[in-house]
Amino acid sequence: MSTASPFIDRRTIIDWLGIAPFMIFALMFLIVPTLYLVTGAFFNAEGQFTFQNIADLFTPTILSAYWISIKVSLASSLGGALIGFALAWAIVLGGLPSWIRNGLLTFSGVASNFAGVPLAFAFIATLGRTGLVTVFLRDWFGFNLYSTGFNLLSFFGLTITYMFFQIPLMVLILTPALDGLKKEWREASEILGASTWQYWRMIGLPILWPSLLGTSLLLFANAFGAIATAYALTGASLNIVPILLYAQIRGDVLHNPNLGYALALGMIVITGLSNVLYIWLRMRAERWQK
Amino acid sequence: MPFLALANIKKSFGQTQVVHDFNMAIEKGEFISFLGPSGCGKTTILRMIAGFEQPSGGTIHINGKDQTRLKPNQRNIGMVFQAYALFPNMTVFDNVAFGLKVAGQPKAEIETRVKEMLKLIHLEHLADRYPYQMSGGQQQRVALARALAPKPQVLLLDEPLSALDAKIRVSLREEIRQIQRQLGITTVFVTHDQEEALSISDRIVVMNAGRADQIGTPSDIYNRPTTRFVASFVGTLNIIEATIVDPAAGTVMIGDQTIALRESIADKTGGETISLALRPEAGSLSESAKGDTALTGKVVSANFLGSVVRTRIAVGKNTVSFDMFNSPDLVMPAPDEVVTLRFSAGDLLVIRD
Amino acid sequence: MKMSKFFAWLAIAVGVTYFFVPLLGTFEFSLRMRRGEYSLDAYGSVFSDVQFQQTFGFSMLMALFTIAFGMLLVVPTAYWVRLRLPQMRPFVEFVTLMPLVIPAIVIVFGYLRLYNSSSYIPFTGSTFGTNILLVMSYITLSLPYMYRSVDTAMRTIDVRTLTEAAEILGAKWPTILFKCIFPNVMSGVLSGAFITFAIVIGEFTMAALLNRPAFGPYLQLVGANKAYEPSALAIIAFAITWLSMGLIQLVSRFGKLTQSRP
Repeated sequence: MSTASPFIDRRTIIDWLGIAPFMIFALMFLIVPTLYLVTGAFFNAEGQFTFQNIADLFTPTILSAYWISIKVSLASSLGGALIGFALAWAIVLGGLPSWIRNGLLTFSGVASNFAGVPLAFAFIATLGRTGLVTVFLRDWFGFNLYSTGFNLLSFFGLTITYMFFQIPLMVLILTPALDGLKKEWREASEILGASTWQYWRMIGLPILWPSLLGTSLLLFANAFGAIATAYALTGASLNIVPILLYAQIRGDVLHNPNLGYALALGMIVITGLSNVLYIWLRMRAERWQK
Repeated sequence: MPFLALANIKKSFGQTQVVHDFNMAIEKGEFISFLGPSGCGKTTILRMIAGFEQPSGGTIHINGKDQTRLKPNQRNIGMVFQAYALFPNMTVFDNVAFGLKVAGQPKAEIETRVKEMLKLIHLEHLADRYPYQMSGGQQQRVALARALAPKPQVLLLDEPLSALDAKIRVSLREEIRQIQRQLGITTVFVTHDQEEALSISDRIVVMNAGRADQIGTPSDIYNRPTTRFVASFVGTLNIIEATIVDPAAGTVMIGDQTIALRESIADKTGGETISLALRPEAGSLSESAKGDTALTGKVVSANFLGSVVRTRIAVGKNTVSFDMFNSPDLVMPAPDEVVTLRFSAGDLLVIRD
Repeated sequence: MKMSKFFAWLAIAVGVTYFFVPLLGTFEFSLRMRRGEYSLDAYGSVFSDVQFQQTFGFSMLMALFTIAFGMLLVVPTAYWVRLRLPQMRPFVEFVTLMPLVIPAIVIVFGYLRLYNSSSYIPFTGSTFGTNILLVMSYITLSLPYMYRSVDTAMRTIDVRTLTEAAEILGAKWPTILFKCIFPNVMSGVLSGAFITFAIVIGEFTMAALLNRPAFGPYLQLVGANKAYEPSALAIIAFAITWLSMGLIQLVSRFGKLTQSRP
């Protein structure tokens, strides 16, 4: 027994050494860079502690950038969640032939990864001023889309573009969750006298709530941090946070490097908060789970 | 008029017909079991009574009212499922209250009724638990309370015990039967376990390939099976092949031994092969056993099963099993030993398919 | 019943319209380069562009390095956590999911400040160093996907039993890792690799801010300066994504076949 303890100690050290490469990687390329920005947000150029950078965020330009970003992310994640839910519901419970299910799932795998610059091109070619749909509406119905105030380079345009990867992501995550709804729950509620609506309100949705919510918040963070699509779509003309930060990194447009840190901190806080909110709501929603 | 009447019920899924012209009249307060192997159509009939499946033909009446085209939520039927099917997001209380809530009953009444139901299943103390925090037996009792809470006209039980442990299965089935008697509710119970069906039913329907082979009391079904299927599916009846020697005298030959039957086989012809059924507990090896008939054979195996010893002996081409009650001084027959099995000729039933 | 089927078809119809019209629009647009008739001119123009070849090649190379080094990091870690440090699982999983929460632009911003030419580790001081940093950033981006696919594959083969069996037979750990574990989680490694490929090949933020001549920034540049080529490029990019996903499906089907053995 007396020889056992040093042996265990050595083994423990080896155990921890095993994940050392991962730890070093995470520290160097994920944790420290993030913390560097977070702390940098609280210092001025002379290295003194200050809240001035945070206070400077509350200027009209920056506030409006945050506001548009939040609006686009909310709209595209809620829209994505709603339509994604409808599609997942259709393929799981809609009684459709199985090839539709397989087709949609395969397509969703592709489309959820089809983001960035090419996605912007696709929507410019479709809804841009000379895009297919715009031209089609003009030539066949004499309807000028752009005279209605529609603009692809706007809140609405960006939202509809982002939904191209948001919806498939929702479908991919929600389909297994819907598969997990047991047929017997539906039948039990029916035989107890419940209508379809009552089943969904009292059983189906409460059970799906955690996955629905979790995915929506994931979609929110996904849209909030996205820049490539927006940048390729609008250049620097649309004032959203990632584009503002991009411009700041490239050319210090805010004329204060530490204000850039604060901008980044704001992004982390918002995506972080959405995750804390998610964890909290999920814990509440899952009281009934193991 | 019967309380629950199934008339000429047919059901096909695509090309395959799973239920053929099924007729059944169930009286108020009766406990009826549908017994049969999987795929015999028993669950399909239950689901048609519930309204989850539409019959391809025929009618279903409850208390004189046609239910055939009603939706499940318009029928006021209670149902317990094999896999409990409790709503996982609700407590025991909310599960039991569900049917009352969707019926829009006032809160106070719901509370009284739920408490009454929980008392009935002896789970008042677990009202705030979630399903995952309970054992299978407890969950199934909650499912029963949930089905009974809205005072249904009929209770349907779809293999409610098959997911449970052996011990709980026995105690829960007794509890179900006792609650059913207490409430006097008409109940249809689907099972593939003959012991279960025999122990709690008023009448049993033995189903085979979409048809009712025999409908009768447990004793009828067990002691007087009318078809070979019923004989082999209910209990562990021996089926013995015999050749008729003299139809008028009622003598048959089993292997090289000739015995006389009590039941008349005058309608048959000599040389014809018939099947005879013999219950395993009918025979005995004891010299002093009363019995007018004997068969001699070689012991194939003898197995100790606790309360009984089951011995299999070879008689001609047949293997016949019989059970002896266990006692500490019982001598187990040894393999290859030649023994004589005695029984009453009245215990041999002629199977007429 | 009838009603729900109608709504199901309706949902599918709306989905199909939303997803196919942009693809159709893009494809149609990409054929319009020659006046008055459809042609593949835009594709010809793209493929013959030297910059296209160079940037695409560069991104391919970066993707390969990302996959190789990423897997070298992820597979042993996932293995070790399952085998020896199960108490660290929640933490490691949390770290691997962080890139989904922290926007890429924030991460790269941190790199630029932390690893600039006047810092202790001046990655951005040289082209080679910047390329390393780019690969590291790509590993970070794909960490959630790589870790998940590898970890899922490990769950299905029960690494602990496999390792103990190998140890009883006298195998040393490199043998165990490379001869027993790697081949058995190959389907997970490959799915992770293809999804990484799909992410990295057109990635914009990291490459643009690190100033590397990658495919993503090239796409953006073409988009800002040309009319028909962007559509052709979008169709090409979509085809590449489709190919990656198709390979993942193929691999997972193949993986299911081989996994019936243990």
